[in-house]
Order: sequence, then structure tokens, then C-alpha cells
Amino acid sequence: MTKFRLSVAGTVLLCTFLGGCAAPRPPAMYQWQGYQANVDAYLRADTKSLDEQIQLMEEDLKKISAGGGAVPPGYRAHLGLLYGQKGNLDLFAQNVQAEKAQYPESSTFMDFLLRNFKK
Amino acid sequence: MSWKTFLKVLAVAAFSLVMSGCATKPPADYTAFKANRPASILVLPPLNNTPEVQASNSVLSYATRPLAEAGYYVMPVTLVAEAFKENGVTQAADMQATPPEKLRQIFGADAVLYITISKYGTVFAVVNSASVVTAEAKLVDLRTGQQLWVGTATASSQEGQSNQSQGGLVGLLVTAIVKQVIASSTDESHKVAGIATNRLLSAGTQNGILYGPRSRNYGKD
Repeated sequence: MTKFRLSVAGTVLLCTFLGGCAAPRPPAMYQWQGYQANVDAYLRADTKSLDEQIQLMEEDLKKISAGGGAVPPGYRAHLGLLYGQKGNLDLFAQNVQAEKAQYPESSTFMDFLLRNFKK
Repeated sequence: MSWKTFLKVLAVAAFSLVMSGCATKPPADYTAFKANRPASILVLPPLNNTPEVQASNSVLSYATRPLAEAGYYVMPVTLVAEAFKENGVTQAADMQATPPEKLRQIFGADAVLYITISKYGTVFAVVNSASVVTAEAKLVDLRTGQQLWVGTATASSQEGQSNQSQGGLVGLLVTAIVKQVIASSTDESHKVAGIATNRLLSAGTQNGILYGPRSRNYGKD
């Protein structure tokens, strides 16, 4: 028991040390999956086809919902953009609407996109 | 020197070593940040002052995550870039020169983040070559025009090779993480850019951005 107590105390001390001065960082708010890599692939425009990018984004989206996690800001809008680039304006609008519903902060920009890119 | 004096000196040295782990820089002024408290951030494509053409896209692809995890809504970076291109603006410098009123009108963001990359790629030194990425960022409120925050960060694939980088236990851990990330990488500079961007834009760091409204730490820093 004493040994256990000592090791607990040690761990607490170590954590305090490693934590330094900053307030404890909260746990991750979103599930990112391959989103950053997908954005990178889109911006580079020469590594993966649009179909491949859409497939990866849709698969990750299923994983995020299955895990009960939150979809990160911009995720649905980016997926919409990929569909838009393929000429699928229904799925473009659907995903842009999903972004707007999840994040009201995006309303002005999402409405701009819906006005400017429609059938 | 007596044994006692030696111990005293040792204690002082150890103490200052521990204390040097934090609060070495003067604290930033957060008055304007706290007065404006933006909820959403528009990240414009970074200005690239290096010869490496990939630098801007590389840093941009990493910028959303730390800001979102800090509690902000981040305008979708790919759609922002496309919206500019649709309007004939293709260069980051021109995008960053857009009047704030126009940015507010189209994107509806509370604040805009201007990033400038000053180093990206391989730096050849005497003994070893290293991938180094350095970027600075400036956050400006689009409603009031006030500058809210400025920051700068660097990452290198050779961190921890010299004794002066990062200090303390945390430094050693960071170094270990950096090495681990890079060991499996073929695109070293891109990976280093990820580390530099995270350092630059994470909340809860010394002189970093404050937590945003979606974070449970909002208003506590």
C-alpha cells in the first residue's frame, strides 16, 4: 500500500512537472481521421483523383458517425466541394447544407456558395 | 568551496533549471483579443517567402486542426481558396491584400488569420542537414479591424541534436515525438510543417492564441 501510494504520488508529481505552466489541454473535440491528408491531396491536385478523394472522405465520415464522434469544421463543406468538382451539384448542396446545419458560424459563406454554384 | 556551499549552489542551479521551463518570454498583451472574442476564423492561404512552391499548401493543410481544437469555427480552407480563384484571384499575396470589409461580407468570419512562411525546406549545416519550417501568423478582427494576436513558430527535423533547443523534460519528449514522426516520412519538410503549424496555432501554449467559444477552456485563459 505504501509502495502504491508512493508511486501514485510520483506519477502526480511527474504529471505536474510535464504539464509545466500551461492549463491542462482538453481532450480532442473532433475526429479528424484522414481529413488533413485529404485537404493536402486536394491542394496538391496531382496525387489522388477526385473519385479517390471522395471515397476516402465518405469512408472516414462513416467511421466518425460509427464512433459517435464530432465531424470537424469544414469537413462536410470540403466533401461538397469534391462532389461539385465532379459536377454533382445535388451532393454539393447537400453537404454544404450539412456544414451550415452543424456550424451556424459558416452560414454567410455557405449561403454565398449555394447562391453562386447552382444548377 | 565547502560541501554545504556546493549543495546550496547545486540547489539554486536545479531550481533555476526547473523554472526556466516556463515563463521565459514576456507575456503577450491579450487586451484586444479579450475585448473582441472571435468565434470564427478565416485562414487565408499563407504567403510564401521561400523558394519551395509547396510551402503554402503544406502549411494550409495543417492550419484548421489546431484552431478548431482550440474552439474556433474555421472556414473550410479549400473552398476559401476556390472562391478566390473563381473571382480571378490566384496569388496568396492578392488574397491577403483583400480589404477586410470584403472578407467579412463574403465569408462572414469574425477574424482573419494571415500566415507568412519564412523558412521551408532543407537547410544545410556543417555536420548535418535539416528540414526547417518557420511561420508567423497575425489574427485580425474583421468586425473592428483590431489586431488580436501575433505569433511565430519553428520546427526542425534536427531538434534535440544540440543541447540548447527546448529545455527540460518536456523538450526531450517533444524531441522524441518529432523524431518518431519524421522517421517514417518520405516528405520530411511537409511533416515538419505540420509540427510548426501546430506549435504556431494551438491554444494553451505560452503567448499562443486564446481558447475559442467551442472549447471547454473558453474564457479560462
